[in-house]
Amino acid sequence: MSQATTSTAAGLSAQIAAAQARLDAHTREIVNWHFSPETGCPFWLDYAATQLGWDPRKEIQSYPDLGKFPPFQDEWLRGGPVRKWIPRGLAGKPAFIFETGGSTGVPKSRVQMEDFRIDYENFSETLPDACFPTGADWISVGPSGPRRLRLAVEHLAQHRGGICFTVDLDPRWVIKLIKWGEIQMAERYKQHVVDQSLTIMKAHENIKCMFTTPKLLEAICEKVSLEKLGIEGIFCGGTEMTPQFHRFAVEELLGPNIYFAPTYGNTLMGLAVHKKPLPEDNWAIIYYPPSPRAMLEVVNPDRPTELVGYGQTGRVRLTTLTRETFIPRFLERDECEREAPCEQYPWDGVRNVRPFSRFKTSVVEGVY
Amino acid sequence: MLHLPILRQGEAYYSVDSVTANHHRTKQPLVKISMANSGLIRRDLRALPEIASMMSGFTCAELIALCEKASDHFFNATLPLGDAEQTPQDYIEQTSATTGSPWVMVRRNMEKIAGVMSNISGVLRGLTRNLDLSILDRGHGEATGAVVSYFRRGDSLGVVLPSNSPGVHSLWVPAFALKTALVLKPGASEPWSPYRIIQAFIRAGAPPEAFSYYPADHAGAGEILRRCGRGMVFGDVGTMKAYQNDPRIELHGPGWSKITIGEDMIDRWPEFIDIIAASICENSGRSCVNASGLWVPRHGYAIAEALAERVSKIAPRPANDPEAAVSPFADAGVASRINALVEQGLADPGAEDVTLKYRPGSRLAELEGCSYLLPTIVHVDSPEHTLANKEYLFPFASVVEVPQREIPEILGPTLVLTAITNDDAFRRRLLTANHIGRLNFGPIQTNRIVWDQPHEGNLFDHLYARRAFQMALQST
Repeated sequence: MSQATTSTAAGLSAQIAAAQARLDAHTREIVNWHFSPETGCPFWLDYAATQLGWDPRKEIQSYPDLGKFPPFQDEWLRGGPVRKWIPRGLAGKPAFIFETGGSTGVPKSRVQMEDFRIDYENFSETLPDACFPTGADWISVGPSGPRRLRLAVEHLAQHRGGICFTVDLDPRWVIKLIKWGEIQMAERYKQHVVDQSLTIMKAHENIKCMFTTPKLLEAICEKVSLEKLGIEGIFCGGTEMTPQFHRFAVEELLGPNIYFAPTYGNTLMGLAVHKKPLPEDNWAIIYYPPSPRAMLEVVNPDRPTELVGYGQTGRVRLTTLTRETFIPRFLERDECEREAPCEQYPWDGVRNVRPFSRFKTSVVEGVY
Repeated sequence: MLHLPILRQGEAYYSVDSVTANHHRTKQPLVKISMANSGLIRRDLRALPEIASMMSGFTCAELIALCEKASDHFFNATLPLGDAEQTPQDYIEQTSATTGSPWVMVRRNMEKIAGVMSNISGVLRGLTRNLDLSILDRGHGEATGAVVSYFRRGDSLGVVLPSNSPGVHSLWVPAFALKTALVLKPGASEPWSPYRIIQAFIRAGAPPEAFSYYPADHAGAGEILRRCGRGMVFGDVGTMKAYQNDPRIELHGPGWSKITIGEDMIDRWPEFIDIIAASICENSGRSCVNASGLWVPRHGYAIAEALAERVSKIAPRPANDPEAAVSPFADAGVASRINALVEQGLADPGAEDVTLKYRPGSRLAELEGCSYLLPTIVHVDSPEHTLANKEYLFPFASVVEVPQREIPEILGPTLVLTAITNDDAFRRRLLTANHIGRLNFGPIQTNRIVWDQPHEGNLFDHLYARRAFQMALQST
């Protein structure tokens, strides 16, 4: 091993240790916030008093200590009262309610005040200015309504000095159409969304950046050359993206002059950023969570307290650690391979996230 | 490992996403198959109008000649297989490896495909009712004393293929000679035949752009059927339901093929046991033209016993055994599930698995780590019984006693009906039944296909329509 390699490895180890220390400290701070009677939210205070039998402020001294919590149940996020999630320390601040799921039944909700803005400001730091120019306008073509995406992308645009145009898509309706076998109607709805976005893009020359979903990106690129329309950077997410889609988007839909930033995000976590692809990645899509505000881990589906080895497949486990939201060890409906820390992101990442194969038959991925 | 690429208008494309098909017996990975994402398929199919226009530039005679030449390459040549090569024997062994079909059955199907390609003129004569094919080149002409004009209904034929038997490929192959570009989605465990047929055509000098090959998921299959002007889909009842209201798509679902013997012939039933058993068992019962029911006015139990005795002699044999007559299931779980369905049906009062009297072991058998479902003859006491009109992916048939006067109405949808009767009145009733696809009079196996006869819809009628046409004579 050369001296340079050794020192790089040592440097990465030091970075990993520093990130872990920061995560541990952040975990202590957030747990202390959520379980202190002055600042915590009714749900967690009540939970600690009636269910835990131990004081998280004393017992949780590091990130791994979160394993002492029983698994977080997504049912807790369905239904009201949603005010049970508002920390007393943030009482009185204007609150937003964002939903995830909900094509059938009660959706999961998350109350937020500033988190979506903070998440997207942090994400903004990862976007290259040359491709997402400061002052350029944006267009967001995708879900809005009860989802946080619209406000988040709009804030991202504003944070970078731009104005965001929006075209709405209702994914719950699309999922219903597909379940009913109304494929033609779903197609027509998609075209309706695409047509609106083309009208806006053609009418506003300063739109240089775009958010959209993989399927809508394909549909838009069937109609126009985004490069000719002046688009320079695309932030894409919302549904599963395969390595082949990644390659297809870069090589065929967009070409070399448009920056493609795939992302993995949801209402509960925030936004995981994409590692710049290397040839050896073979178009794999590798994401890193916004540590220490949220962590993604890959666990054994049968023993979700155990992490799988690097490169191994497992189920995605999410932990959200912000002053607005504390979600420890939540099992997502996704699977992926565990990715090792890298210099830019010295903590665990996830590779090729896709719907959890054991749920595959019951999950409908819509056009959005 | 072998890697089968996507063919984008004849050009190989290796996708980042792939699936692996394993050898059915060893379970070892055998071939990596590149998977096409839906967007890629959609993007490529935008070129179909230009490809259709290119195909119009060929005469039918030229395309027939290419087809005949391709038949020889398909049957005899070493052809490209991704970055590797495939001999005819490789094709047989590879198809057997992923589908479970014994070599002898793959070879028989290979002969069938090659036969259609080499005899394409005869096939087209049957499909077009002896139309002078130069009329398709000119767009109009005279046939049997009348002025006719035909036009192509779509720019291409998209075909979503099954995995159960390579014989089905003989159904779409004639489309090429009818100036139609092909967009094929192979079955998950039978990617071999369509790939080899395409390579044979390209070797013969056919334009590569006329052939696209997209291994894909359900979404990709949907894109192909939505975007191609005409479609053909093979699948189960669920698949059929999804496309039953789309006239652009020809459906090839379960066949529920049957044999009936008339009152006038029923006392001579022992003479017909051979053709009945062959109709049920050949090709391991995996074709829609295999009989799954025998409907007779009397002697039902005796016939069931004779058939059971005959078919129970069929036992699992290794894939390379020339006597192999039943295929193992590539996925043992499928065999178990089908077996459970049969058992569930037998639990309803009124049904008896007559084969049990003669078969030494159970229906679900194993040989060298492979799962087989052995031929099964069930006698049911009523046409309403759950098992009276069922079709499974193995040699299975039920014997049902019904008065002749109730036939054909009681049969339900029937792809092929062999009616052994000389009773003119009965024959006339059968001839007028609109739920019978193919009709054989006399002791003819249900799976004996005459290629100049249409099968589950006429490919020519599917691809072409006739328009009213008049032309004024102009003085020069």
